[in-house]
Amino acid sequence: MDSRSGFLLDLQGVGKGFNGVTVLDGVDFRLRAGEVMALIGENGAGKSTLMRIVTGILQPDSSSAMMFRGQPVRFTAPRQAIDAGIAMIHQELNLLPHLSVADNIWLGREPRNRLGLIDRGRMRREAKALLERLRQTIDPDCPVGSLSVGQQQMVEIARALSLNAELIVMDEPTDALTDVETAVLFEVIRGLKADGKGIVYISHRLGEIFALCDSVTVLRDGHMVHRGAVADLDEAALIRHMVGRSITDQYPYLPCPAGAERLTVEGLSADGVNDVSFSAAGGEILGFAGLMGAGRTELGKAIFGASRLRAGSVRVDGAEVRLRHPRDGVAAGIAYVPEDRKAEGLIQGHSIRTNMSLAALKQLCGPGGVVRQADERTAVDRFMAAFAVKAHGIGAEVRTLSGGNQQKISLAKALMLSPKIVILDEPTRGVDVGARREIYGLINDLKAKGLCILLMSSDMPELLGLSDRILVMAGGRITGRFGRDEATQEKIMACAIG
Amino acid sequence: MTTLKRFLSRNKPLVGLIVLMAAVAVMSPSFMTVDNLLNILRQTSINAVIAVGMTYVILSGGIDLSVGSVLAFCGAVCAWLVAGDLSIWLAIPLSLLLGAGLGAINGVVIGTGGVQPFVATLVAMTMLRGATLVFTDGRPITTGTGAAADAFWSVGGGYLLGIPVPVVVAAAVFAVCGLVLTRTRFGRYTYAVGGNEVVARLSGIRVNLEKTTIYALSGLLAALAGVILTARLESAQPTAGAGYELDAIAAVVVGGTSLSGGKGTLFGTLVGALIIGVLNNALNLMDVSSYYQMIAKGAVILLAVLADSRKSP
Repeated sequence: MDSRSGFLLDLQGVGKGFNGVTVLDGVDFRLRAGEVMALIGENGAGKSTLMRIVTGILQPDSSSAMMFRGQPVRFTAPRQAIDAGIAMIHQELNLLPHLSVADNIWLGREPRNRLGLIDRGRMRREAKALLERLRQTIDPDCPVGSLSVGQQQMVEIARALSLNAELIVMDEPTDALTDVETAVLFEVIRGLKADGKGIVYISHRLGEIFALCDSVTVLRDGHMVHRGAVADLDEAALIRHMVGRSITDQYPYLPCPAGAERLTVEGLSADGVNDVSFSAAGGEILGFAGLMGAGRTELGKAIFGASRLRAGSVRVDGAEVRLRHPRDGVAAGIAYVPEDRKAEGLIQGHSIRTNMSLAALKQLCGPGGVVRQADERTAVDRFMAAFAVKAHGIGAEVRTLSGGNQQKISLAKALMLSPKIVILDEPTRGVDVGARREIYGLINDLKAKGLCILLMSSDMPELLGLSDRILVMAGGRITGRFGRDEATQEKIMACAIG
Repeated sequence: MTTLKRFLSRNKPLVGLIVLMAAVAVMSPSFMTVDNLLNILRQTSINAVIAVGMTYVILSGGIDLSVGSVLAFCGAVCAWLVAGDLSIWLAIPLSLLLGAGLGAINGVVIGTGGVQPFVATLVAMTMLRGATLVFTDGRPITTGTGAAADAFWSVGGGYLLGIPVPVVVAAAVFAVCGLVLTRTRFGRYTYAVGGNEVVARLSGIRVNLEKTTIYALSGLLAALAGVILTARLESAQPTAGAGYELDAIAAVVVGGTSLSGGKGTLFGTLVGALIIGVLNNALNLMDVSSYYQMIAKGAVILLAVLADSRKSP
């Protein structure tokens, strides 16, 4: 675009705070038409907040200035950003699975014929043309739900093109793609670049950034810490910018004398889990690595009793446990802290108190199932203090808390059962950097107390930093076993892909 | 003063009830008399008892459309037992047990069977209405003139220390069920199941058992309402209770309980039931035709719900 500054998008001094907590502080972000800009940073660095501002989902603080195609803009709704020519392709795709490809592309803007009826022929023709532009042979009549994730992404991109988007934001687009699909996506992105579109590419996969992007903006703790051409950087420099400190500081490993064997899993098969065997000891953190859908969450749930076991056995302290319901897991001293706090971990609209005590309520009840409220309050207060939860009292609704504080409540809820084994599924997802360190401290405290900890994480440095041993999963099976000293990111990735 | 303000802002339905009563008192001098107020309480008691069960069901994320039919069926069975001169100390518990059993079936169909509560209880509503018609042969069953019938009548028409027995029963139901809801594990689990079923299950709660118990409670209370109604009329009508489920749902909703489950109070339901009772009474006192009464009632419910939905953005 022939704007004065020469930039397609130009943000200056963008700030954003939530409830007095600064998430973005004076961030500058700009890219030209025909440029692929990588936006990287740790979880909680402010990437998604920045992109939500760009796409009109959030409004920045007043001091921020935003120019798009040379015009000052101030979006107060996503619709305005879309109309201006900014499209975002979210990590969770926003498609309606039962509608056809063409229906999805034109949803809400269906072309009409002279009678005011939807012009299906035109919808189909234009959808096909858009997909051909992306060199895709997807049938426009096909229901989106029957497509692969990669193809669905192409449908999203086609929709963005149909909106005449000049700027396309992609949030972790390759997370669920195969290598072949990734290669196709890269081709498409290069084509969009040649057409003069601006692309913001968010990814934690550094290799992709070197392969695809022209320039990079690094955020850390809400600040822009680096901006420049990708060609001027190497991977180590990029990591240094992202982390700002060495990894050993960030993931404090706690050496512990190995205790007795606590958990023994033999030949376990369940939904998404195939013949898995391993054992873990007290005072040990056993890490589970793998790509999305490798079966880690399913394994955690199976050990806890939340999914039906098809074969195999689980023993706790040598005694076999019958697992038919999460209640059996609880009774055996197994606690599970789910990955998805919103859907599985905590009741968002209920108070901290009732959430935290929910699983352990039986132990807090007197005769007739009457809750001993004084005891409950004492127990909840104890965890609130020990975990340094920031909230307006224990009556506050969980949904008003930050991700880190919610995770602490979720953890406290599990620990209130006084478990022997704790299964942590992505314990720091969506948790900011400061709270992460606190949570690592809490995990190490549990380890020191002799609990057996299964840590499932997609955050490789976290896994390498905290675990005593690491098991790698792929396709529901264990494909690699490493001791702390021999594990490297490369070896793990090789097993995770295999 | 601030604590009073906060109490009132959290209890908008109560404010609505007070305003409504004040307005009616001004317009109709015969409203604020002991007799009339007791009359309102007696008329409200049947809906209130059903609404207690409905509150549990709605808090758990469900709905129970079958309460009117359960009321009719259990009322008819109770009338038949009393007419056979069975002691009321047997006839009433048996009828309540029947109601609980019917409710439990709803719970199993919904929990274990995975049928939507709306559909499951709609089916139960239809089938039980049919069963009532079959059982009564489409005619009222009078309780007769035996010794049991005399004793039975006092359940609906008698007084205890100057207060109508149905009012005493409803008050007891509110007190007990209120304590159970706020102070016991079962109550907490009810909120949890409605708040988020997946979280509840992963917290070790047996969600299906919980639902069965909740619908059984709803059935039991509907049967209790049926017993009271039958006793007061000294007969069971085969069409009794038709549409009562909607009055009960209205009381729960006007009382501020969310239809999506997990949020609400039994106190709110009590206030909601009273609002509906006062409204009915006031419209009668003012000689408003029953056709217009329905329109007015609907408008008030809508107002109450609109006022309540304002608070959450």
